[in-house]
Amino acid sequence: MAPPASSRRSRRPAPELLFGDLWPYDPAPETADPRIRAEYDLFIGGRFVPAADGTRFTSINPATERPLTELARGGPADVDAACRAAASAFPRWSRLPGAERGKYLFRLARLLQDRAREFAVAETMDNGKPIRETRDFDVPSAAAHFFYHAGWADKLAYLAPGRTVAPLGVVGQVIPWNFPLLMLAWKIAPALAAGNCVVLKPASNTPLTAVKLAELLQEAELPPGVVNIVTGPGATGAHLLAHPLVSKVAFTGSTEVGKVILRSVAGAGKRLTMELGGKAANIVFADAPLDQAVEGIVNGIFFNQGQVCCAGSRLLVQESVAERVVAQLRRRLRVLRVGDPLDKNTDLGAIVSREQRDVIRGYLRAGVAEGAELWQAPFRAPARGFYVPPAVFTGVTQSHRIAREEIFGPVLSVLTFRTVEEAVEKANNTPYGLSAGVWTDKGSLILRLATELRAGVVWANTFNKFDPASPFGGYKESGFGREGGRHGLLDYCAVA
Amino acid sequence: MRASSAPPALRRWFAAVGPVDRVGVEERVAKFTTRSIKKAAKVQGLKLAVSMVDLTTLEGKDTPGKVASLCRKALRPHDDPAVPPAAAVCLYPAMVRPARRTLGLRSPVRLASVATAFPSGQTALATRLAEVRRAVADGADEIDMVINRGAFLAGELTRVRDEIAAVVATCGPAALKVILEVGELETYDHIRAASCLALGELRPGDFIKTSTGKTASNATLANTQVMLEAIRDHYLETGVAIGMKPAGGIRTAKQALHFLVAVKETLGDAWLTPARYRFGASALLNDLVRQLEKERTGAYPAPYAFSEAAESY
Repeated sequence: MAPPASSRRSRRPAPELLFGDLWPYDPAPETADPRIRAEYDLFIGGRFVPAADGTRFTSINPATERPLTELARGGPADVDAACRAAASAFPRWSRLPGAERGKYLFRLARLLQDRAREFAVAETMDNGKPIRETRDFDVPSAAAHFFYHAGWADKLAYLAPGRTVAPLGVVGQVIPWNFPLLMLAWKIAPALAAGNCVVLKPASNTPLTAVKLAELLQEAELPPGVVNIVTGPGATGAHLLAHPLVSKVAFTGSTEVGKVILRSVAGAGKRLTMELGGKAANIVFADAPLDQAVEGIVNGIFFNQGQVCCAGSRLLVQESVAERVVAQLRRRLRVLRVGDPLDKNTDLGAIVSREQRDVIRGYLRAGVAEGAELWQAPFRAPARGFYVPPAVFTGVTQSHRIAREEIFGPVLSVLTFRTVEEAVEKANNTPYGLSAGVWTDKGSLILRLATELRAGVVWANTFNKFDPASPFGGYKESGFGREGGRHGLLDYCAVA
Repeated sequence: MRASSAPPALRRWFAAVGPVDRVGVEERVAKFTTRSIKKAAKVQGLKLAVSMVDLTTLEGKDTPGKVASLCRKALRPHDDPAVPPAAAVCLYPAMVRPARRTLGLRSPVRLASVATAFPSGQTALATRLAEVRRAVADGADEIDMVINRGAFLAGELTRVRDEIAAVVATCGPAALKVILEVGELETYDHIRAASCLALGELRPGDFIKTSTGKTASNATLANTQVMLEAIRDHYLETGVAIGMKPAGGIRTAKQALHFLVAVKETLGDAWLTPARYRFGASALLNDLVRQLEKERTGAYPAPYAFSEAAESY
């Protein structure tokens, strides 16, 4: 290629690509019926029951701000009932032959596949994430987790060779709003495979697919009390995790809430796993395949509107290619389609709630106030709904809040580095340690960084890849314990 | 890094143009196939694709009669006047004269001829250039040349480049399409390196093209994407806009729309024109017309409702 001719450039504007409306895509809405009922109750002891105090709360569609459904607001009394139901189901469930437990899990996986479209649409309406992701990622991955753990149920003897494993009892699980159905699958599937009973509280923003799944549990004829689902506010989750019948606590959510939970259950003898926040570094070296790296950066931070704990929210790019990578990234973001989550061509949907949108906006203001340079893709906001177009900050330093704190939104902070040592030091200079990405053509560098980066997952020349067989979890303030694979299953077992 | 610099070793050239990650590029293009193109967007895309077809016949058994039939089909792909003519016909050099007679001198359909000992290119350079000269003299508007793959894989990049430059000079006013024959280059790294090598020699209005259609592997979304990205990088660096022609293996309207999505999202609006994008195909044209009919009437007509281009000969 010819070297950039700066003399020629100074005379006329630099060539740029035109991404306009010459051939616009027509709206392509997904039309499958999500089958949402007007009201949902708690699922306790295999039956749907209203909250003890009869109160309800509303779940809204963040893309339209319109109410979706009314759900029972579970309180301490309901949590207590659910834990009792789980405890009374435990003796029989845990003594079932593994193959029998596996049968139920296989059934659940298949039912979920049968109704994949319906669940994808419901998830999109409840959470705001694009149908492309719920259809191609959330729902298939959730089914895959049930399938994977169904296979383990009758092979627990091989989980820890030479030792015996036993279930723990009643497991209290609290899940976040970013992947409502998938996080439910990550939690329930290993717990059941190992022979535990479950009380699960979905996030108050996104409870829909959990209560829809309760219908599948009934359809699968899962014994009553083995899985109980209590919808309600955050306080209900705190009651659940502190409940004396709960022998294991599994939490996915923010580091802030994780710390509160740790304090509240300290000394209670409960087993704990925590999957908390992250501020992952995505490190691009000068020899990397740059087009694919840009694609990986986009996938890393704009997947699910950036509301991913392992999102690659800090881009560390080697000085010599920084300008080119940022230019290419902006060009790529101009064809990222932000809008109606139910449109099959939408790449970036709505933010989960008004509160979260305001948090993200607050960080955008903080970044600008601290002197970083903000670029946002051109975007026409719909009249209603909580949207934030993709944002890229350049000129970011390690001390900026946007480089230190987890934003949980489509906001990328770009930092540069010169040497490998500097890249590692900057990547590890964070309280978190959930994931990291490395982009280079050099295999030896990948192996070196995989050992030097303090992160639970290090992706090489890719980002945000998950598999039920691959353990996922963090270092430092990103939590402890693993989910997925043999390691994840062991966290639901007592090993003797 | 122009022809005047020291002969570039393959290694150094790869370092200059950068690598391509196979998994990454295939993941990227898979996203193009999930775009949902409906209603007006579909009709517009189908018509655009028709106007980009280089209707091709490259067989030993081609005759002037068959070529005349092909030219008529290119001029009028369907009875419906709303369907535009194809971009060009693409033929062997011996068929250029009869085709010119059918098309006339002021045809909306351009006349392209393969040359340079297509498809292998395995003759002396002088012979190849003579073939180009003759095809242009006989009335070809466009020349589709093949690169010297043997020289490329052996690392003789200067030779490959000089040969392309010689063909460019010999073409005169005719537009040039440089066929990389991706099936013989095998890796995406090679495809990117060869694309960048050719791009440096071409003039605005010229093209790079995936393949001859004579080897087992032809145009795919992924190898076309690698070439589109090379065209983009070249344009951003030099301001010279080169066109793209995927050829072989694109048989259905749905495939063609996916290829156009890739153009729209990689190079943008300025490449959504037959002046900068072509499909080298034959069976594709009738499938495009068939889908247009379906959009117009709501039903799929029988295959015999469409005139054959050349398949029945």
